[in-house]
Amino acid sequence: MKIFQQSFKFLALVLFVVLPTSIFANDTKKEGGQVDTKEEVEAYILHHIQDSHDFSLFSYTNDAGERKHVGFPLPVILWTSEGLVTFMSSEFHHNDDGSVIVEKDGLKFAKIHSKIYELDKDASEVKFDEDHHATNGHKVLDFSITKSAFGILIIGLLMLFWFSKLARQYKKKQIPTGFGRVLEPLVLYVRDEIARPNIGEKHYRRFTGYLLTVFFFIWVLNLAGLTPLGFNVTGQLAVTACLAIFTLVIYTASGNKDYWMHILWMPGVPVLIRPVLAVIELAGALLIKPFSLLVRLFANISAGHIVVMSLIAIMFTLKDSLGVVGATGLSFVLSFFITLIEVLVAFLQAYIFTMLSALFIGMAVAEHEHH
Amino acid sequence: MDKLLNDFSPGLFVVSTILLLALIALMVKFAWKPILNSLNEREEGIQGALDAAENAKKEMENLQADNQKLLQEARLERETMLKEARELKAKMIADAEEEAQAQARKMIEQAQAAIDSEKKAAMAELKSHVAGLSIDIAEKVVRKELSSKNNQLELVEEMLGEATLN
Repeated sequence: MKIFQQSFKFLALVLFVVLPTSIFANDTKKEGGQVDTKEEVEAYILHHIQDSHDFSLFSYTNDAGERKHVGFPLPVILWTSEGLVTFMSSEFHHNDDGSVIVEKDGLKFAKIHSKIYELDKDASEVKFDEDHHATNGHKVLDFSITKSAFGILIIGLLMLFWFSKLARQYKKKQIPTGFGRVLEPLVLYVRDEIARPNIGEKHYRRFTGYLLTVFFFIWVLNLAGLTPLGFNVTGQLAVTACLAIFTLVIYTASGNKDYWMHILWMPGVPVLIRPVLAVIELAGALLIKPFSLLVRLFANISAGHIVVMSLIAIMFTLKDSLGVVGATGLSFVLSFFITLIEVLVAFLQAYIFTMLSALFIGMAVAEHEHH
Repeated sequence: MDKLLNDFSPGLFVVSTILLLALIALMVKFAWKPILNSLNEREEGIQGALDAAENAKKEMENLQADNQKLLQEARLERETMLKEARELKAKMIADAEEEAQAQARKMIEQAQAAIDSEKKAAMAELKSHVAGLSIDIAEKVVRKELSSKNNQLELVEEMLGEATLN
């Protein structure tokens, strides 16, 4: 019965992934799609690192020479000069260079390098200057459920499902069973190894909820980024900035008198140096700390994706010098081990982000003995 | 830096902020609060159980000490009781001995008294018997002495001589 239930879940997951793809697979367009040269590889990697407006799993060219994309479209939500405009991303037909123009509510939109531009009313196609900037359109505020937003939603729902299930288990029994037994030590780990020692016995309870959410959010999304689903949520500056700003707001809002005293009027140093220190401390607390958080996570995860994809690309780029088997073998061995390291990095970055957040919060709420 | 700023999507920032805020709120309400509360409760329960076990151990030790004390007391009591009994026994034996001696003494005295009186009676009887015999003998002697006239005179003479001496 158990096995049946498990396989049912698996089937549901497969259907969830495959069913929408059939909607999408009809959207075809004739184009090459090969990624062979160094430039193409670089463009492909950069494209992957960026957020995208639709969820594509993979694409292939069929016998008729048509390019098929397997995946599903996501809603595009734009705040334009004339208010809210929504449509599905499938209307762009996977075009990313601005040659497909979507007309909606009397406005024209083009997608260029994953950014959506609102074209001027009289424009019929996108014009570019020498730096490849669109001249007859401007960027719009794009609240689309992009692949990253979709990833946040899915992983958020997954986390809610997992942990609320664990929470419900405690009502019936003291020791959780099944997957809850895996989650419980992780929760305890964050509480006892990250929150408690860094924030202190007295205050840690208030912040544990945030730290737990952030830890699992980053970790699961990092891991999701290593799957073929190709999420790169924690490698999006907007997402890491959002996380870092949350931490900033929390430790700034909960800072006590001692904390602000140590920032603005450092005790125990000559009075003349105090204003200088105040500037440094303020910059540190309000800019450097959150900036280090957001850049560290973004850079590590993006770099991981770039390295893994570059190593996979060895298969094509070194095909001529090493032969098909040699290049594939080398690519496989290298990317295999780098992926293993990335699994470690996925945990490590979640740990570091949470640990540093806890540390910063701990510094803000710490009670100093007076000098 | 230019590229980074270009990559930064304000829309995604807003969307992820909203989603994350919702996620944090929901996770805190439906997951972390109940989970952490249950974990704390469980930890307190374990601590309580450990404390209870420790207390039970202490109580057990106390109980054992009490038992030891009781045992000691019982032993002491037994010893005193035995001692008393022994003393009682000795006393009883001594009393009995004394009584027996007194009885014996009394019996001996009685016997002696009886012997004395018997002896006296026997003496008296012997005396009277001897007196009777003596008279008989004297009668016979006298009768023989006085069978002749001379003898009678001689006797009278003798007696008279004695009487004058008195």
